[in-house]
Amino acid sequence: MDALLAGCARLAPWIAVTVCMPLLVALWVQPSNGRLFSLHWVDGVIILIYFLLVLGIGVYLRKFAKTGEDFFLAGRQMTAWIAGLSFLAANLGSLELMGWAASAYQYGILATHWYWIGAIPAMLFLGIVMMPFYYVCKTHSVPGYLKLRFGESSRALAAITFGVMTVLMSGVNIYSMALVMKVVLGWNINFSIWVSSLTVAVYVVLGGLLSAIFNEVLQFVLIWLGAMVVPILGLIETGGWKGMTERIAQSFPAHDHTHLWSTLGNFSDNPMGIHWTGIVLGLGFVISFGYWTTDFLVVQRVLSARDLRSARMAPVIGAAFKMAVPFIVILPGLLGLAVLPEKLVGESQAVATGAHSYNEVLPLMLARYCGPGLLGLGITALMAGFMSGMAGNVSAFATVWTYDIYRALVRKQAADAHYVSVGRWCTILGVLISIGTAYLVMQFLSIMDYVQALFTFFIAPLFGTVLLGMFWKRATPAGGFWGLLAGTLSSIGMWAWVKVDPAALSYIALSPHAKSMAENMYRGLWCWLICVAVTVTVSFLTKPKPAAELAGLVYGTYVLPSEGELPLYKRPVFWAIVVGVVFIVLNIIFW
Amino acid sequence: MYSETSRISIWFFIGALLLVYGLLITGAGIYDLVVPPSQQPVLSQLHAGIWWGGLLVLLGCIYCYRFFPGKGHDTASHESQSSGTGASGGRAKGL
Repeated sequence: MDALLAGCARLAPWIAVTVCMPLLVALWVQPSNGRLFSLHWVDGVIILIYFLLVLGIGVYLRKFAKTGEDFFLAGRQMTAWIAGLSFLAANLGSLELMGWAASAYQYGILATHWYWIGAIPAMLFLGIVMMPFYYVCKTHSVPGYLKLRFGESSRALAAITFGVMTVLMSGVNIYSMALVMKVVLGWNINFSIWVSSLTVAVYVVLGGLLSAIFNEVLQFVLIWLGAMVVPILGLIETGGWKGMTERIAQSFPAHDHTHLWSTLGNFSDNPMGIHWTGIVLGLGFVISFGYWTTDFLVVQRVLSARDLRSARMAPVIGAAFKMAVPFIVILPGLLGLAVLPEKLVGESQAVATGAHSYNEVLPLMLARYCGPGLLGLGITALMAGFMSGMAGNVSAFATVWTYDIYRALVRKQAADAHYVSVGRWCTILGVLISIGTAYLVMQFLSIMDYVQALFTFFIAPLFGTVLLGMFWKRATPAGGFWGLLAGTLSSIGMWAWVKVDPAALSYIALSPHAKSMAENMYRGLWCWLICVAVTVTVSFLTKPKPAAELAGLVYGTYVLPSEGELPLYKRPVFWAIVVGVVFIVLNIIFW
Repeated sequence: MYSETSRISIWFFIGALLLVYGLLITGAGIYDLVVPPSQQPVLSQLHAGIWWGGLLVLLGCIYCYRFFPGKGHDTASHESQSSGTGASGGRAKGL
């Protein structure tokens, strides 16, 4: 098996050419029907250069990914900036860019909550409070931490559920990207799925996490530079923020689309049909903290940091940039409300009537403002978003599968090179399963509904287990396992209940006026509470671990390395406070 | 562990890409200025391609110069001066 992989690695440059040739053909031989715009040859060259560069980086970094530590954790040598930008880029998938721009058109500025209260406090908490636990115990993964804290059964449950969630999420990412390419460029959906996925597979198989991180930083820069033109030109066209809000109020008088908090006092006062308690407790606490502190897709990037200070600083840097992402994602959606002459509709209505759907708002805005060259850059930014999201998923999948399932349950003692080889095969397997999942996702009408459901199934309960494990010494291995299992099953149960009986939504979200997004937030909150309640109850009924076995795993059982005489401006806590203050000010400004 | 001495900084790759993209986008913008296309985007009179492409060229030049391979001026060495102490401070260079 290893020899086969080595042979494949030698053929990598040819594989790269094989991937790029169909792309080259597709760029010049585009079908003309049913697409938003045609590409100029300059746009084609820009897209092609991007594909060649990401593949070239994978080929170049192949020689640097020899050991397990190199392949799965990038040698733990990343600086705070690289780890921080990669941490954020892994989250900026095509779904994130397209989906939340669409949500901004649909729900207005309320979509910003997923970037601010739904991210910033959790990211700062990860950097300042939780990172020392992960970093000091030198775990390879979040399930690896659960093994140290709660034992093998909790690790196996978390690893398997994470593996399932990761490939399902990756499939969503692939599908949403292929959908964009079909709508925007008229590409065949199968062609988009396979070419883009194989490109990611090639560079992650070759360079592992190192290659994924390298490309994620590149993609992060491209996403910003490609997407920033739209809000700048949009604000010029509308005469600034004030002009934009006035146009939106004139065109859509039924709801307030431009205030963050003032409409959340009642479920029926805002276009999302949600109450502030759902946003604060469901999104801001459970789902956000669950995702940013326990989803290994993002935590893996921070674990690659070269020292504890870098590991604590990386999420703070990520949080600072995350606060600015609404400028390139939410603002184009709002500008779409203000300037687009046609009214966008839901996906099913768009299919029935031939109108443009919410999901097309970002491509429509690109087409509105960008000429040749800039358009290619914008399309490349969307592709970069897809690739960074998918690479994040498959590299995390390969690590968890290899260390927490294969090494823990199948082959405990093997050479390091063997696990690297298994990791490479897992990457290929992960990509293939993701492609299969992409075809499965096509059957779902609402992609965002599917994604939010996955988060509440697997991430919300995991956060309860990890939080109690880190901060409560009395939590026992049995408590951790049964709490996690109960939280996951209860979440799936609530979701199924609403699918069978839609009236159940009013019980879960506490209001007959609640809409599907509110259901997701409250379901996350309830399953987290169930996880915590079961963990606490079972822990009191079972024997705790001896204190000596908890050293370095629970708050108060380890001593952080001193930051010595570092000046204030180099301390993670200082920058976390700065980011926290800006976060509060922004919420007040857009209240 | 791998040797860090010969690895090219990611910032150099980014600089090179921005430089090439900047030249292409500026060139396309100038061509559109000279030969206006039949279908023009909104605010085409601002010639966004020219100034945005120019910005990319500028950024690309700065990054290429700052992180040119073999210059010994990569992010790691820059940050290692400021990282101070850490759990494993003083390890090999990063990206």
